[in-house]
Amino acid sequence: MHQLLQQIFSGLAAGAVYASLALALVMIYRATDLVNFAQGEMAMFSTYIAWTLVNAELPFWAAFVITLAVSFVGGMLIERIVIRPVENAPILTMVVVTIGLLLIFNATAGWLYSYTLQEFPSPFPDRTLFGALMTTRDVGVIAVTLVMLVALFCFFRFTATGLAMRAAAQNPESARLCGVRVGRMLALGWGFAAAIGAVAGIMVAPVLFLDPNMMSGVLLYAFTGALLGGITSPVGAVVGGLIVGVTENLVGTYLIASQLKLTVALILIIIVLVFRPNGLFGTALVRRV
Amino acid sequence: MTAILELRAVKAFYGQSEVLHGIDLAVEEAGMTVLLGANGAGKTTTLRAICGMVRTEGEIRFGERRLERCTTEQIAGFGVAHVPEGRGTFTGLTVEENLRIGGYTAGRPDEKMRLMYGYFPILAQRRRQQAGALSGGEQQMLAIARALMMSPRLLVLDEPSFGLAPRVVEAIFTIVEQIKREQRVSVLLVEQNASLALEMADRAYLLETGYVVTSGTAKVLADDPQIRRSYLGY
Repeated sequence: MHQLLQQIFSGLAAGAVYASLALALVMIYRATDLVNFAQGEMAMFSTYIAWTLVNAELPFWAAFVITLAVSFVGGMLIERIVIRPVENAPILTMVVVTIGLLLIFNATAGWLYSYTLQEFPSPFPDRTLFGALMTTRDVGVIAVTLVMLVALFCFFRFTATGLAMRAAAQNPESARLCGVRVGRMLALGWGFAAAIGAVAGIMVAPVLFLDPNMMSGVLLYAFTGALLGGITSPVGAVVGGLIVGVTENLVGTYLIASQLKLTVALILIIIVLVFRPNGLFGTALVRRV
Repeated sequence: MTAILELRAVKAFYGQSEVLHGIDLAVEEAGMTVLLGANGAGKTTTLRAICGMVRTEGEIRFGERRLERCTTEQIAGFGVAHVPEGRGTFTGLTVEENLRIGGYTAGRPDEKMRLMYGYFPILAQRRRQQAGALSGGEQQMLAIARALMMSPRLLVLDEPSFGLAPRVVEAIFTIVEQIKREQRVSVLLVEQNASLALEMADRAYLLETGYVVTSGTAKVLADDPQIRRSYLGY
């Protein structure tokens, strides 16, 4: 029983990271109908920025905040420079563009920082709580994710800009007619997604160690989480990410070798697509033909 | 009377094909102009041309401003509130959030929202509901209220009666007329219900396949035998 609770809890901590990245995916999907395959590599690159700052003797949380700000601006620039020109292109074109971004970020990180594993400092002391039921690191990761989610919720729910972003994502033409600058809202969305991804990267790096391929597995789990929650639902992304984290951890502990854990994500994807393609919270896409 | 909106030799294009072939049109300050015509005549395209949603040639003047080179967002900011075909409802947002989006650029949203709830009490009752759950008539009221939240100088309505019961249509038009009077907003209206539209409007234009074929005061057009036969049915 003790081990089960332990595993559930560390699954939640992993799930919090997947949930963040899934949320970033959903934000971009809602705004542009596009799955951003570069989301994981963008997060990885942000983590390298944080690592550089920490190595330059900056306090961890200062590096954290600066990295978020840089990632936010970087995300907006990517939208402006790379995505905007292909905005009205067929969906496959846009998918290829994001895969191109993935390769560019991966190669650039490898070129700048090399492909060797780097140790990334954890901001949380490594201690166990409640009779080794959970570690302070797990609690820290979950707490950071929760704070971020609440902040995002308040932004989208209570500010005029947040409302305008939701309106622009939902009905761009009508939003334009109301004077909302839809292009700027899309750029903001990319900025937010990049910053959320940065949080995920920084939280997961102490466990996985930092290297340019760090996020490939995480991105797959995040996809699964987003899909499980229903790719259009932010709440679904968070719930889906947590479910994936716990499932993966439990199955890896009790059923199969932990090297096979990634298979769990793939099986979950197939199950969701076959039995419930709209996910837990997603809305069915109905198109009139 | 001075015109608040004036179109001169306006052409509009979808891709390479020209769909408006040089339209002249005016809306008087605090007046109501109606565009009539069959499906495909170019009524909606004319409205979209005004708001910079299609490629155009020619001159579009709004007050002192020229609109041809402006983006849709800018034109909205100048005070042109366009209720598009299909009402443009943000179905996933609440009624109140829909209204707030309307007030996004103009400011003072709370004060204006109270005014709108006065004109449309049903919206006040449904303020916390998802806009997608409203009936067609309620959504049309919401769309008009959302447009008025922009404190517009010109209200552009694309077939507000579409798909609604006659009684609902009449209620909506009564309120539109009242608002036009009280808020001194000019109205450009596209409407299939020609008899109702001609009753309310002061100017009318008849479009056919991208040309203005007849125009004049609403009174004159209502008495035109050809229009009577084709659009009024008597």
